Amino acid sequence: MSIAETKTEKLDGWNRPPTMEPEGEGELLEIAMGPHHPSTHGVFRMDVTLDGERVMRLKPVFGYLHRNHEKIAEGAAYLASMPYTDRLDYFCSLSNNWAYALAVEKLVGQAVPERAQYIRVILAELTRIQNHASSIGFLIQEMGASGTPLMYAFREREKILDLFESLTGSRMMCNYMRFGGCRVDVSAAWLASARKVVAGLPAFVDEFEALLTTNEILMARCQGVGVLKPDLAVNASVTGPLLRASGVNYDIRKVDRYGIYDRFKFRVPLGDHGDVYDRYMVRVLEMRESIRILEQALPEIPAGPIMDPKAKIRGFRPKPGEAYGRIEAPKGELGFYLISDGSPNPYRYRVRPPSLINLTILEDMCLGQNVADVVLIFGSVDIVLGEVDR
Amino acid sequence: MLGEGILKGMAETAKNFAGSFVSVDRLTTVEYPEQRIPTFENARVFPFLVYDGPDWAAGLRCVACQICEKECPPKCIYIEKSQGKKPDFVGKPQFYPTRFDIDISVCMSCQICVEVCPFEAIKMDTEFELATDNRFGGLLLDRQQLAKSNEYYHQIHPTEATEVDARLDAEKEAAAAKAKAAAQAAAAKAGEAAKAASAKPAPPTGGED
Repeated sequence: MSIAETKTEKLDGWNRPPTMEPEGEGELLEIAMGPHHPSTHGVFRMDVTLDGERVMRLKPVFGYLHRNHEKIAEGAAYLASMPYTDRLDYFCSLSNNWAYALAVEKLVGQAVPERAQYIRVILAELTRIQNHASSIGFLIQEMGASGTPLMYAFREREKILDLFESLTGSRMMCNYMRFGGCRVDVSAAWLASARKVVAGLPAFVDEFEALLTTNEILMARCQGVGVLKPDLAVNASVTGPLLRASGVNYDIRKVDRYGIYDRFKFRVPLGDHGDVYDRYMVRVLEMRESIRILEQALPEIPAGPIMDPKAKIRGFRPKPGEAYGRIEAPKGELGFYLISDGSPNPYRYRVRPPSLINLTILEDMCLGQNVADVVLIFGSVDIVLGEVDR
Repeated sequence: MLGEGILKGMAETAKNFAGSFVSVDRLTTVEYPEQRIPTFENARVFPFLVYDGPDWAAGLRCVACQICEKECPPKCIYIEKSQGKKPDFVGKPQFYPTRFDIDISVCMSCQICVEVCPFEAIKMDTEFELATDNRFGGLLLDRQQLAKSNEYYHQIHPTEATEVDARLDAEKEAAAAKAKAAAQAAAAKAGEAAKAASAKPAPPTGGED
């Protein structure tokens, strides 16, 4: 279904206190899951009200990892915020770099050379694969499979991170993209090793699926759990795999066609039920589509410069104006909104983090579920606290 | 059949378990302090200052222009400019830093200082074993601790260092050519001036009133 078809008048359970009634005579129990709960992968608290095992109410408490990212950026030069964007979603620093570079390029009308566009697509898709693989690994670990799928995912992730390190100098804090291109050029040797890694990825996804997809325990735990209806997902402006698992066809790579995504053939996997199993499945299929994009992009990367000759590193002062750049990050729509007043610092710098906005719908997915499933539903949202709290 | 998926998954793990004994690239454990994985050429940890020649204090390329201090996102560089000047690699008199400190407990290894430096004076190191028991003084590196020779730079980033050297040599040659041209022009000008002076008719000697 498309966004236009969704109903907007009925907002069940959204933006008002939940209307669940306790069963039987017992008292409600209020517990705080977190801020140091192992399932949160960071510091995040959920105040859960329970009737026995059933969740009656869930209040997410954000802000334990707040680092003042936006205000720091307003006091710093445009380029100086680039390394800080690595630290938003530290699993996907290259996607974050791209979103910020895209916003600034829109602000100043900067062109990006062909070769740099290809490099960006290759790096963003590699980022998506390693993010999805490890997020599935974490999800399965929260289900109780202590480590095996996660270690399989990390084995593959390590190969991709080695590629990142040999190119950008750092495994996770890449700080690679610049306004108008990229920082260092990819060598022929790097492209050869990237091709080798990509050639090994389909076998990994097959192995991952053989391990998990038809596993009866996983199906019993995941199917029908944490259902998110498409109407509610659209109304809560949920994006990314979480939205597509609910069956809404919305991928910014197809909708916005930023960069050069219109040149590649790939499909957008959609879920049918909007439960945890569909989210798992959508992520697996997205990995396969990313491999397809990589197989198309790697052979046809053109020669040429990687930086626009008009691009400036120092003395960067955009004309007054505003711009919003958004990309399909692995977790959803990542956008940067910038207002320039003509000075070297942005007047306003705003991040639209997919993790935070996807997390606001957590309560509606958890109501009526068992408390053990809260951990699972929370894991299926796929968040990084660095991006939620900024 | 119920349990088929689980058996399929167990077959996969069994395959991996057996594979870990035969395949060489699966033996990934490295006994760290004794064995090391070589670092990548592009790897970066913290910045250092490059110097040419045998003496670090005389050969520092830094001219204390303070651009890196200004552009550093977490503001971890502290520079004090000298009063006097010393000649740089092309022989032009330049300021030099009397103090150049980097607080590596604040530095986030973003290498923006390297990108903005117009003098190729600051580069990224690959040294990562920097643990110290003094968390204040031990992590505030002064210019002597930061100074590393150009040979060391060649050793850790060979490709990049060769490019930088080629660039600096070209600059040096251009400067030398410019100096030569300037000298020639000056000589020609001086010669012309002398000629003009000699060609000038002698001033009339004192008339009488």
